[in-house]
Amino acid sequence: MKSRSIKVDYLARVEGEGGIRIKIHDKTVSEVQFDIFEPPRFFEAFLRGRHFTEAPDITARICGICPIAYQMSSVHAMESACGVSVTGQLRALRRLIYCGEWIESHALHIYMLHAPDFLGYQDVLEMARDHGDAVKQALKLKKIGNELVTLVGGREIHPINVRLGGFYKLPTRKELLELVDRLKWARDAALETVKLTATFPFPDFEREYEFVALRHEEEYPFNEGKLVSNRGLDIPISEYENHFAEEHVSHSNALHSVMKSRGAYLVGPLARFNLNFDKLTPAAQQASRDVGLVPPVKNQFKSIIVRSVETVFACEEALRIIQEYETPEKPAIDVPPRPGVGYGCTEAPRGFLYHRYRINDKGLIVEAKIVPPTSQNQKSMELDLRDFVPARLNLTQEKLTWQCEQAIRNYDPCISCATHFIRLEFQ
Amino acid sequence: MKKKRKPKLAVWKFSSCDGCQLTLLDCEDELLAVAENIEIANFPEASRHVVKGPYDLSLVEGSITTPHDAERIHQVRRSSKVLISIGACATAGGIQALRNFKDVREFTSIVYATPSYIETLNKSTSIADHVFVDFELRGCPISKHQLVEVLSAYLNGRKPATPTYSVCVECKRRGTVCGLVTHGPPCLGPVTQAGCNALCPSYHRGCYGCFGPKETPNTTSLSAYWMSLGMKNPDLLRLFRSYNAYAEPFRKESEAHEK
Repeated sequence: MKSRSIKVDYLARVEGEGGIRIKIHDKTVSEVQFDIFEPPRFFEAFLRGRHFTEAPDITARICGICPIAYQMSSVHAMESACGVSVTGQLRALRRLIYCGEWIESHALHIYMLHAPDFLGYQDVLEMARDHGDAVKQALKLKKIGNELVTLVGGREIHPINVRLGGFYKLPTRKELLELVDRLKWARDAALETVKLTATFPFPDFEREYEFVALRHEEEYPFNEGKLVSNRGLDIPISEYENHFAEEHVSHSNALHSVMKSRGAYLVGPLARFNLNFDKLTPAAQQASRDVGLVPPVKNQFKSIIVRSVETVFACEEALRIIQEYETPEKPAIDVPPRPGVGYGCTEAPRGFLYHRYRINDKGLIVEAKIVPPTSQNQKSMELDLRDFVPARLNLTQEKLTWQCEQAIRNYDPCISCATHFIRLEFQ
Repeated sequence: MKKKRKPKLAVWKFSSCDGCQLTLLDCEDELLAVAENIEIANFPEASRHVVKGPYDLSLVEGSITTPHDAERIHQVRRSSKVLISIGACATAGGIQALRNFKDVREFTSIVYATPSYIETLNKSTSIADHVFVDFELRGCPISKHQLVEVLSAYLNGRKPATPTYSVCVECKRRGTVCGLVTHGPPCLGPVTQAGCNALCPSYHRGCYGCFGPKETPNTTSLSAYWMSLGMKNPDLLRLFRSYNAYAEPFRKESEAHEK
């Protein structure tokens, strides 16, 4: 009988503070914990009493990596509470700014956080010594995503131009057209990225996940759609809490989400890709097929290729929106407050993000609930490690530890997001 | 000639959204140049590799919200020659400092799912409340240009050129029409430190105070002006109580509108 343990005190190349603890006893894994010690920030508590128009700016501060996701989920939730729907070019501009966030966030994760694992480097700067051109391409790709967010949103982190009903100021057609050449370059760079990431060595590791993502009749999902899964879930977002629940466990300052009666599930690039492959642009579909990537993809390590395919899609979608753009009459439509409950669910780069608010007749927030993607994936992360480790006990401690880290980084976890939701219940 | 040793940089995180340290990775054009001049010795968000301290320069993001972090910041200070706090969380306690205004007694009736699992302090406080800080870089988030300026000032042994005047100066320089004069949306520009290049007014919205109070702000006068135009106490309270709510001038002003 031999005991062994794997411990990572401070997981690198993720957003936020977390660690891994695995105990192995006689060749079986007896304990797996993805510890989250990032302190909670109580957003859902202090949102109470704030004005409903403040939600997009306040909730953006939950995450510096995906502020657009928070702004989009919150504006959609508030608009649904007030019975308002944003359509036409304003709706298209919201998709456009989301394209920018996907491009910058995916480029960051693919090249700076995840690729060094596959190629055996500690970080992107070390990788740059041997793969200078690829890293320069990555930085430019990321920059173009940020430029798109900045053009529509005002700045790349915590943009200031998003509001209920639309925007404060509209970009002109000319300003958008100036980005076209760079976006075409970005699309080609993303296509190269698909080819490059497909050559990485992938561990032989598949699991049967329940994939959950938004699905929209006509589009690859950003802001709207129904929640569907590969095992028959098909619900409007307002029924989310009837089907999913959150558990509080001792080793994590983030709540673990589970599907009621079914347990763990998976959100993010793999889920979106497997459930919405038919809605990708023809070029994105072709790029996937060319590297042998067809749904269902069940190996989370391959999420890096899927992120690359989604980056191709985001560039093409941005180009389409820009070509069809005509300046709307007004930057925003009115959203008068009315008492009620609203739901918003949008696809952050790392998976869907759910918001629910109750507001009163004065437009003050009475109750807020926010479920970020990383909370939803925590259970799957732990189950991945549980299955991943036993077949690899012959590896050295260092190698096995590194591969376990990599298995978590597959999820592009955002720990800062996940911990901000320990909810306070007022009695 | 002997090659000069590169200064060692460490980036530390406390309670925050990660946006300010991400700003370093968002310096796409400057990142490789920065790495040529500085050894990135401890930056977990970017690298697995950790070089032991002491460090020549530490950037500290986030606020202090747990007993453990209140200890950890002293270790960070001990291992850093120069310590620069970056962003509204590190310089003022951040948006999570909204908890500071809640009566502790009120919290006794509040129930977590399992409260014993969580360790947290009653207040979210700035880094300078705990240890000596060499320089505070403001913003929610910080400005990329100011970050590069601070790094380059440090490398060249000079004081960073970051203004302490108000957003109004930047507005005038850009030629943006003043919202106060034209009765536009409520604007904190006159009492807020510059640094964003007066972004919000150029988007037809009022400044909401990301960079915190300017030097010697007259918040009382600004509030009186907005009240004369019909703003009510709860609106002013929310205006001053956001991302830099616990910076003293903003805290006092919001408390003045508390009833």
